[in-house]
Amino acid sequence: MKLEGGFINNLGRVYAIYTLGFLGFVILMGILEIAGVENTYIGWMFVAFTVLIYALIGILSRTMDSSQYYVAGREVPAVYNGMATAADWMSGASFIALAGGIYLKGYPYMAFLVGWTGGYVLVASLIAPYLRKFGCYTVPDFIGTRYGGNLARFCAVVVLVVASFTYVTAQINGTGTVAARALQIDFEVGVWVGLAGILFCSMLGGMRAVTWTQVAQYIVLIVAYLIPVFWMSNKLGYGLIPHLAQFDAVLRVQELESTLGVGTLLPTAEAQAEAGKLAALKVGINDASGEWMARWKFFTLVLCMMAGTASLPHVLMRYFTTSSVKAARQSVGWSLFFISLLYLSAPALATFTKLSLLDPNVATSIIGKSVADVTSLEWIQQWSNVGFLKIVDSNGDGIVQINDFFMRADIVVLATPEMAGLPYVISGLVAAGGLAAAMSTADGLLLAIANALSHDLYYKIIDPKVDTAKRLLVARIMLLVIGALGALVASMQLTGILGAVAWAFCFANSGLFFPLVLGVWWKRANRAGAIAGMIGGFGVGAWYLYMVQTGMTPWLGIDGLRFGMIGMPVSLILMVVVSLMTEEPDEETQKMVESIRIPKGKTYVS
Amino acid sequence: MSAQSDQQQHWAATKRLTFLTLIIWAVVSFVIHWFGSSLNSESFPGAYFMAGMGSQVIFVILIFWFSSRQSSIDEEYGMSEGD
Repeated sequence: MKLEGGFINNLGRVYAIYTLGFLGFVILMGILEIAGVENTYIGWMFVAFTVLIYALIGILSRTMDSSQYYVAGREVPAVYNGMATAADWMSGASFIALAGGIYLKGYPYMAFLVGWTGGYVLVASLIAPYLRKFGCYTVPDFIGTRYGGNLARFCAVVVLVVASFTYVTAQINGTGTVAARALQIDFEVGVWVGLAGILFCSMLGGMRAVTWTQVAQYIVLIVAYLIPVFWMSNKLGYGLIPHLAQFDAVLRVQELESTLGVGTLLPTAEAQAEAGKLAALKVGINDASGEWMARWKFFTLVLCMMAGTASLPHVLMRYFTTSSVKAARQSVGWSLFFISLLYLSAPALATFTKLSLLDPNVATSIIGKSVADVTSLEWIQQWSNVGFLKIVDSNGDGIVQINDFFMRADIVVLATPEMAGLPYVISGLVAAGGLAAAMSTADGLLLAIANALSHDLYYKIIDPKVDTAKRLLVARIMLLVIGALGALVASMQLTGILGAVAWAFCFANSGLFFPLVLGVWWKRANRAGAIAGMIGGFGVGAWYLYMVQTGMTPWLGIDGLRFGMIGMPVSLILMVVVSLMTEEPDEETQKMVESIRIPKGKTYVS
Repeated sequence: MSAQSDQQQHWAATKRLTFLTLIIWAVVSFVIHWFGSSLNSESFPGAYFMAGMGSQVIFVILIFWFSSRQSSIDEEYGMSEGD
């Protein structure tokens, strides 16, 4: 099989065979489980099989051509680019932590769902088609050429590296968690094993390899996410399609939450101290509050995640790979379509998990049962052993109340199959899906960082005369170095997955959102303005995050997850004021802006 | 009609479409959820529905609609890639 023009024309067939092959593999594992093969081996086989496939795609897609390496030859069809973007986008946080977050933190947490999907409207209408017409290889490439000068390019590289690096440590962390669980090895070793898989995919073939691996990873992760949701909905008797059945289930959950005392029966201080970082259920799934502060917090989180989506370089660069401006626009629609297949299911999964744990009429429920019975359950023991959950009988009555049960949000997805009593093969599938989600995002992020360093910093700023072979060599060395640094930081486990992800979004929107948008939409924006906007927005945002993290009381409820609310306005105001105070951009730049506003004609850089 | 004014008209139409898209986006992203608590009733979890499903579905439709409208604007003023 050659991955040339023939491959592009046969994409449908290739991925159909792949999907059938994967489903066949899942069924085979199911048969092996029935035949009595041990769970550990099944977990191993899932991880080994999927990672081998990704590596194989990486080898088949190897390339020495710079257009193939940086933008996959600009020949990826809109639908497949949509799938690849979905995998690129849906990280370990989306796959592992999202449903768990909704479970534990209730309605306020659903702001992430709105923010992480609505941002694509901004991508489609304000940024992606114009950057595609511009024809750059990287996001700093656009900033550097639009505003001119090495300083603007360098600022964009710095913002990109900080935002993406924050994000990538969270992904490598997620990869390590899953690898450690499925392969029963130490977390640190898991991190390095996961990294080796990630690098193998992206080193040889750059964007081309990452694109086709991400499509394959999307298929694995979406199958792995949807099967348990559908299974649970049917098992609990709420109906065939969980997305339609979830609303009745929500009403039932709300009823249970009020009788069980969610939000009123809070954990005692001693119990919480004993549980450490694990959390008890304190907010209901549909507790939309009418208070000003709650509304404001929902609004600010949505806004920060949306603007972050529209400024994260690893997402934007996916739209550089389409064959036309029109295809880039459509591809944004397809991206969100494929993303929503998972995001629409996350609240359903949270709701059904709640039902299966809280509803006394369901056999798997644990709240209201005796502590002795619950602690003898196999899945409770397994996840207690790895420190993911804990039962503290705070009033000593021998019954598990809502404020006695502490857990980590991650286990909602990872342990759901076991909680709901599904066969182990589903757990293996979920592990493979979580790994695919974390790996595909890490791939995209590492590539974005390495390309910015090799293309923008090395080729454009340090040594513009360097030949292609050496550029690509530098790009690959950068990939190795950044990957290793990321793994090193991830193995220190500084922040949780979600905190790091939200920070990355705020770094990106504080530094890049307005320079990108105004670069297309405001001809008057000039170099001095853009540099002031990037340095000011990013600098003030980072300073605010530092102050909040070191104990300052957040202003107006703007905490570390939302520091873009500080960085973005600073960036906008500085950019507008400084641009107006300095000379307008030259004739050539204005012509360039006009040319990227229409799809017709050649790309500005080729 | 000169090419210059075609291009200007194309950009004016593009700006109108983008503006309209962003208004719909803002309503679905912010206004609806600001009133989230009023959407809930005894028989239907409206806030949960809009945050977990309604907004997302509207966003997907909105992007495809925007994309097809923009393509016809490009064609109408002779600014599409085929021209």
